[in-house]
Amino acid sequence: MYRSAVYDEPLLNELESYVKECKSEPLASLPASLQRKDKPCIPDLDETQIVRHFFRLSQMNYGLDSGIYPLGSCTMKYNPKICEEISRWDNFAGIHPYQDASTIQGNLQIMYELERMLCEITGMDYFTLQPAAGAHGEFLGMLLTRACHEFNKDSQRDEVILPDTSHGTNPASAAMAGYKLTEILSTKDGTVDLDILEKTLSEKTACFMLTNPNTLGIFESEILEISKLVHKAGALLYYDGANMNAIMGKARPGDMGFDIVHLNLHKTFATPHGGGGPGSGPVGVKEKLVKFLPIPRISKDNKDNYFFDYDYPNSIGKIKGFYGNFSAILKAYIYIVMMGGDGLKEASEVAVLNSNYMKKKLVDSGKYELPYKELRKHEFVLSCEKLKQDKNIRALDVAKRLLDYGLHPPTIYFPHIVKEALMIEPTESESKYELDKYINALIKIADENPEIIKNAPNNTSVKRIDDVSATKNPILNWKMI
Amino acid sequence: MKFIPNSTIKNNMLKETGLSDIDELFSDIPKQIRVKNLNLAKGLSQQDTEQKLREIANKNKTFRSMLSFLGGGIKPHYIPPAVKSIISRAEFYTAYTPYQPEASQGFLQAMFEYQSMIVELTGMDIANASLYDGVTALGEAALMCSRINQKKTFVIPQNISWEKKSVLKNYTKGPGIKIKEIPYDDKTGKIDLEKLEKSIDNDTAGVYVENPNFFGVFEDSVDKIGKIVKDAGSLFAVGIDPISLGITKSPGSYGADIVIGEGRALGSPMDFGGSSLGIFACKGDFLRQTPGRIIGMTKDTDGKRAFCMTFQTREQHIRRSKATSNICSNEGLCALTAVAFLSWLGSNGLQELSRINFDKGQKLASTIGSIRGFEKRFTGVHFNEFVIKCHDPNKVDKELLKRGIQGGLILNKWHPELIDCMLLGVSELHTDKDIEKLASALREV
Repeated sequence: MYRSAVYDEPLLNELESYVKECKSEPLASLPASLQRKDKPCIPDLDETQIVRHFFRLSQMNYGLDSGIYPLGSCTMKYNPKICEEISRWDNFAGIHPYQDASTIQGNLQIMYELERMLCEITGMDYFTLQPAAGAHGEFLGMLLTRACHEFNKDSQRDEVILPDTSHGTNPASAAMAGYKLTEILSTKDGTVDLDILEKTLSEKTACFMLTNPNTLGIFESEILEISKLVHKAGALLYYDGANMNAIMGKARPGDMGFDIVHLNLHKTFATPHGGGGPGSGPVGVKEKLVKFLPIPRISKDNKDNYFFDYDYPNSIGKIKGFYGNFSAILKAYIYIVMMGGDGLKEASEVAVLNSNYMKKKLVDSGKYELPYKELRKHEFVLSCEKLKQDKNIRALDVAKRLLDYGLHPPTIYFPHIVKEALMIEPTESESKYELDKYINALIKIADENPEIIKNAPNNTSVKRIDDVSATKNPILNWKMI
Repeated sequence: MKFIPNSTIKNNMLKETGLSDIDELFSDIPKQIRVKNLNLAKGLSQQDTEQKLREIANKNKTFRSMLSFLGGGIKPHYIPPAVKSIISRAEFYTAYTPYQPEASQGFLQAMFEYQSMIVELTGMDIANASLYDGVTALGEAALMCSRINQKKTFVIPQNISWEKKSVLKNYTKGPGIKIKEIPYDDKTGKIDLEKLEKSIDNDTAGVYVENPNFFGVFEDSVDKIGKIVKDAGSLFAVGIDPISLGITKSPGSYGADIVIGEGRALGSPMDFGGSSLGIFACKGDFLRQTPGRIIGMTKDTDGKRAFCMTFQTREQHIRRSKATSNICSNEGLCALTAVAFLSWLGSNGLQELSRINFDKGQKLASTIGSIRGFEKRFTGVHFNEFVIKCHDPNKVDKELLKRGIQGGLILNKWHPELIDCMLLGVSELHTDKDIEKLASALREV
């Protein structure tokens, strides 16, 4: 039986302080108009108190090392310890971004080689590692789209089209870059409707954003036709790489006709999610878009020395300070070096196998439905609609009950076209034993007394949380208590 | 070891799935785009990987192997082992965004504490749980100002880093916000108040000022600036270095509406410029317009204190194209680092750290300023960075490198008006001996 650690851990400012307060004289040389008079209320504690506080908090947190974490479209795969250790070496972590090129050849080599590895994996021509996350990469992709159309004196293109299954970041990123959005309905197979797409494309279309396999886990088999239609209309085709873990070594977005691709190093390339970052969202493009990529780019001189190259007059400039989240870049590099081409291919194969194995067992159980097509890639989306009709059990309730089994729930209520959705992505990291445990838990829950499910979770550090009152009566820091 | 436990039982699993060949799983991919293999080097064992990485790492020099006085918004700082130990807990770093709060109370409480400390430091009402970095935080601040008052010009000082200007331009391009630059006073290095006042008009969504600014100089007329901006009916955004807030007053006390900054100095290594931590805090009135995640305190069904993500209707996963920002992954682990670091320091420690950085800044400036041919370029009081004018900084830089010292950042590439200038930075890690070493090298060049 799973039981999470439960501590009534006080807030830091509620811990008793035994540290003597230092009264320091004001700094005479600092202008009086700037002197700080109010001491910030940051508690003065001893290291033992602090370490114990955060240690206890950590024990009330479920991580990937605690168990399976099958969030759909998030690719929660194992984060190899060697990547963590090497990325902390001072020879990598202790480097200032403005150091002379002769003193940072190692870092530049890693970035240069990773860019090329990502080109090979995706079939794109060039990569930039600057974006700090997937959504940041999408935003860059939209800026590149705009730069490209402006360069071609085609700037009346002010619309972006996307399917109704797209990730929320897609429309948000396009809107942030100033585009109008048009969402198109999927077919009854859960894929892009070519007729609707063709009718929606026009001389106003800047770009079509697509995830392939899509968020239902279905591969868009008509991708070459989609690409033809989009390009015939003079628009660009954007690849959201959140689901790249499905197809490494099997197919490449560059060969499918995509012009711009973003990857999530914190998904496909095993760098940790860090409780919500830092991530990394490299962007790859085809030759025609290279000149717009952010600066600096990394080049090699005739003596094989790497250097930062700023000489790209058509570049859009920068989208982040310095060169990207280097620690994530380094970890992804190490991961790819260890896996090799065959290892990455096997990772995708087993990720897809694990997903289809779970899907089959769960569908065969008859407890959950699988709307849309049968064959899925690395993830699949079940519906709890039947449970809701029969027993008034919702996807949220199932998710909370899974927590009692010590299992992290899948993504729920996404994509929106599936009612009461459970979006499950096991990744290649889970053993058959873990998959079976998860399958059995889901089947068992469907037959449990609805009262138990509605009252779940009970084995976590707190019971079900009232997030409505968190909005009604906002307490967002200890000053507001 | 490829981290694929089912590698050896694929065939059994295929059979149980009703398949006979792994490629059947990929039969929906059109034949003409299927690839057989990736043209990448063969995978290495962990031991060989470590060896390979060691060879690459040895091509780098770091602050420990080469004395450096680079600044420009990032400097080496001391990182206590306790902080490293805390953020190495895999329960934290291998977790995802806390969408399931009941299983994420630890991270959520830590983020609540992070937000609380940022509020304390900045004097704002609320803070979010981080943005990508201090640079993109400026972009988000400009967008938020315009969202709040529907105005379309954003005013910045001429002397912010070129990187920030470039990112800001890209962030504001979509909604068509115009950027207006205010020159600095050539003598003091501070913002030109008269020109600032003149440049604000009915269309000014917000005014951004940095304290200390990119030249390291403190803007000591902040009360006046705050009043000018407020009187003009515009919003006041302030950029801070959190290390300086131990000795300088909070932006909230001089009328800031939004405070942003780079938080890497709070316990994270330089990491070649990333990972980074975008600090974002603002007045409570703007809560529904803020970008990024916000953690709130609430109760569970037993009435026990609990934490969760809140006001999610601002965010992309709910609001899609109408979201206040597209940000999803942020810099959670760096925010955890910052709260662990700040609690390790305490308010006494922060004050002390702030003071040491200030003192080192003064010491380095007066030491170098006394060398013939080197003078401080601006008269304004500075924190731990400052601009030095000297003959041929490129040559100085080369000569220093020969002596195993990385000098300052040469400015004329991005600030053409600053011929013969370099920006030097110093921190608590620089000893008096280090400063003397630089001084004697400069005397020789």
